Amino acid sequence: MDTSLITDVTIFVLSLLVGFEVISKVPQTLHTPLMSAANSIHGVVIVGAFLIASTAHDAVGYTLAFIAAVFAGMNVVGGYTVTDRMLKMFQRRPLAARSEATEDGGKS
Amino acid sequence: MGAFYDGIALIYLASATCFVLGLHLMNAPPTANHGNRLSALGMAVAVAATLALIAHDGTISTTGWLMLAVGGVLGSGLGLYLARTVEMTAMPQLVSLFNAVGGGAAALVAIADFVRLAGILHAPIAARISVTSVLDVVIGAVTLSGSVVAAGKLQGFIPSEPIVVPSGRIVNLVLALALCAGTGYILSGANSVVTLIGIAIASLIMGVIMVLPIGGADMPVVISLLNAFTGTAVAMAGFVINSVGLIIAGALVGASGSILTKLMADAMNRSILNIVAGGFGTGDTASVIGAGASGQVRSVGADDVAIQLAYAQKVIIVPGYGLAAAHAQHAVKELADLLEKRGVEVSYAIHPVAGRMPGHMNVLLAEAEVPYQQLKTMEEINPEFPRTDVALVIGANDVTNPAARRPGNAVSGMPILDVDKAKSIIVIKRSMGHGYAGIDNELYNDPKTGMFFADAQAGLRAIIAAVKMLVGVD
Repeated sequence: MDTSLITDVTIFVLSLLVGFEVISKVPQTLHTPLMSAANSIHGVVIVGAFLIASTAHDAVGYTLAFIAAVFAGMNVVGGYTVTDRMLKMFQRRPLAARSEATEDGGKS
Repeated sequence: MGAFYDGIALIYLASATCFVLGLHLMNAPPTANHGNRLSALGMAVAVAATLALIAHDGTISTTGWLMLAVGGVLGSGLGLYLARTVEMTAMPQLVSLFNAVGGGAAALVAIADFVRLAGILHAPIAARISVTSVLDVVIGAVTLSGSVVAAGKLQGFIPSEPIVVPSGRIVNLVLALALCAGTGYILSGANSVVTLIGIAIASLIMGVIMVLPIGGADMPVVISLLNAFTGTAVAMAGFVINSVGLIIAGALVGASGSILTKLMADAMNRSILNIVAGGFGTGDTASVIGAGASGQVRSVGADDVAIQLAYAQKVIIVPGYGLAAAHAQHAVKELADLLEKRGVEVSYAIHPVAGRMPGHMNVLLAEAEVPYQQLKTMEEINPEFPRTDVALVIGANDVTNPAARRPGNAVSGMPILDVDKAKSIIVIKRSMGHGYAGIDNELYNDPKTGMFFADAQAGLRAIIAAVKMLVGVD
């Protein structure tokens, strides 16, 4: 085991714990947008696609980089766009016609 | 290393911070959209930093740039088109598709890196690279093919019923042994690209065999699980190319997917292993139904329903996937508006597995402009049923079956909505057909229950017309 592997594993485990902590507070109402947002975040694999393209120098390398770029580009752009579309639906204020005050009227 | 690389590393740290804070802001609907935008900002920054990095290193060829530009634009355009046009009922398919491409891209990163190293190194590839490469390829490939099958099932290209793969367990066992052998060979120091490709192919087949036998109602668990897999694959890709950004982001997604998988499995009182092993009640849980359970039911018409609803004080609507399948969300909202105008208190009881992915029903109702404050979770709403005048069940079945409180049947122990505790219950349903668990719903035989036999959309329209007639609104 070399130290850089230990460092990477440490970062991985701590990030998992941070993830558990932050995500367990997301209400059930938002679970679909949450998954979609998480989906967009794993689009960061596009960074990996860029790095493999930067070292590719033959047909195999180019092909792999190309497919990875298509996949990751789709993931990242599509993911953020559709999450944004969904979350806008949750931002709509209830229109009038509701006589009683809403429980949590925090204006955004 | 130099100041430039330090700067890039700090920028990656900033983008990881944006991801974490973005997820944190998703803990309440009003701030959730800011969270997503912050996360997108983090992504843009990470991409820009990477472009600066590869331009600075200068190892990329013109063809490399061309591949990136064309591939990136093509993929982005496709993603943008799908994201803009997808119907909310089809969200689970889209999320599956993004899981597939994310996992696929992560696997390709490891393969490309392995091919490159095998070509230039004469010594064995370091274990820290080869171990994580194999893990990345296995998890990424399983996610890719599994998610494609899941999306196909959700879209209806592949039948959503559990498909039993002939001797699937034996095939899986053989594949698993082959994977172990291949992994062992690579770890022994053979820089064998062919073996890695073999591992990828075996993993792709395993993904298909894993998801084919899983039925439609188990989809929320499967999608969550594949989401966790994708995150893990991306984290492994981070180990391979030594990118802290990928490790952090992958771990966050892995955590999110794991939490959702656990929540979904708990909501169905099933273990994850049991679901992945396939089939509902395929064990020895023989359906034990009390005598006369399939006895008489009381059928009601639109006018009866309208009277009950219009003169109620408190109504809880219990939507299930059948509601979404009939595209009746807007009709529900219209009925609720009508009732609220008369001073009836309306709320919605959302079971955690209503829909085809975690939280799906909430999005479907939010699209119909139902205020999220009215969407109640099972824990919130169950104490309210005893003081509810009418519970209106639309397209939900197994999650309302009181038989779940007794041992010895296919839904035993599953957390349910206490619909039977309401003063009166109305069920809109096309027929007495069974839910996914394949057993009778005892709720329908309850003397308090009125069955309104109709398609969700048509039935709601009839009720809306009857309410308007009855009370003369507008």
